[in-house]
Amino acid sequence: MCDTCGCNITPGNEHLIVNDGKLAKTSSGGEAVEVLQGLLHENDHQAFHNREHFDNHKVLAINLMSSPGSGKTALLEATIDALAGELKIGVVEGDLETENDADRIRAKGVPACQISTGSACHLDAHMVHDALHQLSLDELDILFIENVGNLVCPASFDLGHHRNITLLSVTEGDDKPAKYPVIFRAADLMLLTKTDLLPYLEEFEPARAEQYLRELSNPAEMIPLSAKSGEGLEHWIEWLHHQLDHYRQHLQSGTTLRPALQPDGAAPHQHSHSHSHDHDHHHHS
Amino acid sequence: MHELSVCQSILSQLESIAAEHQATSIAIVYLQIGPLSGVEAPLLENAWTIARSGTVADQATLEIEQMPIIIRCSSCGKESEARANKMICGHCGEWRTQLISGDEMLLRSIELDKESSDV
Repeated sequence: MCDTCGCNITPGNEHLIVNDGKLAKTSSGGEAVEVLQGLLHENDHQAFHNREHFDNHKVLAINLMSSPGSGKTALLEATIDALAGELKIGVVEGDLETENDADRIRAKGVPACQISTGSACHLDAHMVHDALHQLSLDELDILFIENVGNLVCPASFDLGHHRNITLLSVTEGDDKPAKYPVIFRAADLMLLTKTDLLPYLEEFEPARAEQYLRELSNPAEMIPLSAKSGEGLEHWIEWLHHQLDHYRQHLQSGTTLRPALQPDGAAPHQHSHSHSHDHDHHHHS
Repeated sequence: MHELSVCQSILSQLESIAAEHQATSIAIVYLQIGPLSGVEAPLLENAWTIARSGTVADQATLEIEQMPIIIRCSSCGKESEARANKMICGHCGEWRTQLISGDEMLLRSIELDKESSDV
């Protein structure tokens, strides 16, 4: 993120800069000041530093988003079992209250940090930063950030993570991507969870869920799986390995990974800029 | 409902801009919001009246320009207006499209109060 070089300028607002200078008198005589900053400027700044922190420790950070009860924690439990002895996992758990989810993860022998957000309906980059102080990143390969169960707000906040995953459980209905387009549009992978229940849910069409995802112009892969029966887990583990390899290649060439879409949606307009920015920082570190 | 967090973030940016320009109050705050930003303009307006009190923007009004969703087709190359959950090309029906506008969440500019501005 940069607020001085003009990378926030889009075809929708460029006329503002092309015409008058940065300061202009308004008709009422007040002083107008051009700003052109993202509304979540402070969060984005913190997220940038979180990402740098992850990269210094070579930890792939994955943001898990979904409605409450779609099976994020069960997925993590199954993932920890599947990767045991292979990759070292850490988990940041976001919930309004309780340590229940972190306790479930710790019971698997994996470090977990619970963020109790109180009444906040999403995690932000500052909360994640505080949690990072409680985890030894050097000992990890992948950090999962389990966001607060909510299909609206988490989509707007960059946490400094590298990939977004949106879960859709089959009990929720296959039109969820059409109902909550912002969060499904941000997904680098859509996991269709609880597929062991599909035989009882005739109205749920996996192909239709995927079609709704495509209508958001999102090319992300959809992987159907069941943490309970183990169906599809192999495919999901392959995806994780692939992303980790991809991430490590990026680090070697002095760049980093970002979700295909930034939560603030500004990424498409500044993609190349972000990369060069990360590049610089990496060399300084 | 994270519009209050968004307001708090805006206000903190406004405080530093006002300080930079030696202004003690702000008259108008201009934003651009697109439907794909995840921020709802009416909710933001409600949150604004609560969040602004006691700040440099205590009396400031919020002017929100709501941006349309415009996409460019990767197949036929034409631009069309789209809906948040139907971002397919309006000309040929292709789903692989590029977003031109519609995800804005931008603090565009502000107007400082004449009396309080020292510049």
